[in-house]
Amino acid sequence: MASIEGTILDFKRLDQLATGGTSLHKIDARAKVLVTIVFLLSVVSFDRYALTALFPFFLYPTVVLALGNLPVDYFVKKVALFLPFALAVGMLNPLFDREMMVRLGPFDISGGWVSCASIVVRAILTISAALLLVGVTGFPEICRALERLGVPQTFAVQLLFLYRYIFVLTEEGARSSRARELRSFGGKGLGIKSFGSLVGHLLLRTWMRADRIHMAMLARGFTGEFRARQTSRFGGRELLFLLGWSTLFIVLRLRNVSRLLGSLVTGAPP
Amino acid sequence: MSHHLVEAENLRYVYPDGTVALRDVSFRITHGESVAVIGANGAGKSTLLLHLNGYLAPTAGEVRIGDLSFTRKTLPEIRRRVGMVFQDPDDQLFMPTVYEDVAFGPINLGLSAAEVEARVQEALERVGAEHLRERPPYRLSGGEKKRVAIATVLSMAPDILVMDEPTNGLDPFARRRLMELLKDFRHTKIFTSHDLDMVLELCERTIVLHDGEIRADGPTLDIFRDDGLLAGCRLEKPLSMQECPVCGSSSQQKEREG
Repeated sequence: MASIEGTILDFKRLDQLATGGTSLHKIDARAKVLVTIVFLLSVVSFDRYALTALFPFFLYPTVVLALGNLPVDYFVKKVALFLPFALAVGMLNPLFDREMMVRLGPFDISGGWVSCASIVVRAILTISAALLLVGVTGFPEICRALERLGVPQTFAVQLLFLYRYIFVLTEEGARSSRARELRSFGGKGLGIKSFGSLVGHLLLRTWMRADRIHMAMLARGFTGEFRARQTSRFGGRELLFLLGWSTLFIVLRLRNVSRLLGSLVTGAPP
Repeated sequence: MSHHLVEAENLRYVYPDGTVALRDVSFRITHGESVAVIGANGAGKSTLLLHLNGYLAPTAGEVRIGDLSFTRKTLPEIRRRVGMVFQDPDDQLFMPTVYEDVAFGPINLGLSAAEVEARVQEALERVGAEHLRERPPYRLSGGEKKRVAIATVLSMAPDILVMDEPTNGLDPFARRRLMELLKDFRHTKIFTSHDLDMVLELCERTIVLHDGEIRADGPTLDIFRDDGLLAGCRLEKPLSMQECPVCGSSSQQKEREG
């Protein structure tokens, strides 16, 4: 269970990073959320064989890492954690798609390999953009930004609560699981069956907790509407941030800058 | 100051599954009193507390806070008057930061931004937690959580403070600090607790619940001197009133002081 507990601690670190005071941290969360959305849309909307055109997009995570004063190795590790999933998605492409696309010296590279690589690169880009958004904004701020951008309040509040109690619940789950493990003496315990009732109990406990939280909310005058303090405003700086990056992403999406640069260097027509 | 009164009259509560949690409970707590509700597990303490801010509605009988009985209309006002601190601070602290949590009540009361700010500041200062303002709740220690939970209630300027097991799960130092803090409050205070030494120090009056009934209601010291009563209700004398395990002398001095 150490791994689950370790993962939670890591989450907390991500949250702590968001309390930094760089200029990037101070930008209104809505601008950062919107830029991230444009970034994600630009990256995922490419053709499935797109590869070179994706590379200029690494500019964004790099700049955010640098300006946000974030620990590079931490984020690299976090992104690497997700890579096996991306690989699993793309793994079969080389088997099914054997048509030759690129010739690199003596090697023929099939379309399958290109699209597989494209999936992996896209995964790296999108996951790092999402993690970095949390790292420079903080999850609660993102929820609030979503709400101010017009996402229904119920949804935003759900997300907020999910985030608040994920720590409490995972710790509770880890405790139950540890208790089970300690009494199963290295064996399988009672096998999968014992997990069933463990999960069931966890659900019931969560339910009871939800009840108590609701009670605590009612005790403090909750009437069904969540009113939060408004801290930052959407000013010129935010507009510049949003327009600057969005324009860049759209240009990068429509023009293959890698190839343009390549042709500039080699003198060959693009 | 009639709105500091807490009155229960022939209160009875039956849970939907048929368990009778309270049978015929009556008491009257007046302004500035500090009252402990003690009893064994399952005696009905928590059920009683949940009636005090209208979370549970009595099956029979009535609860009044000051001049108000419970109706849909008076409920918001009663909930403002009765500040309730729950046993597990993780249930009470549900907002992303301490500040927002303490501000939750005042914002719901519809106060202006400046007023909310002032209330939050005051409540946090009161419990000595100003430095925790921007922290998320999961980065607080047990004692800090407890004090912040109290601040979330103080910020609504309640007349009556109700706390379920205030010293539960605190280390001795945090417990001592919390007790010092509670001693200074001028509110009407109602605690439930198994920490009988705390009860002895903080509450001049004690109500003993057993099987949903009031077995005794009177000065704390009198109740703790009644061995028969305590044994009958699955309770024990506070440690400070028991014999010293090293020298064998009983702490008569303490009793004489009381």
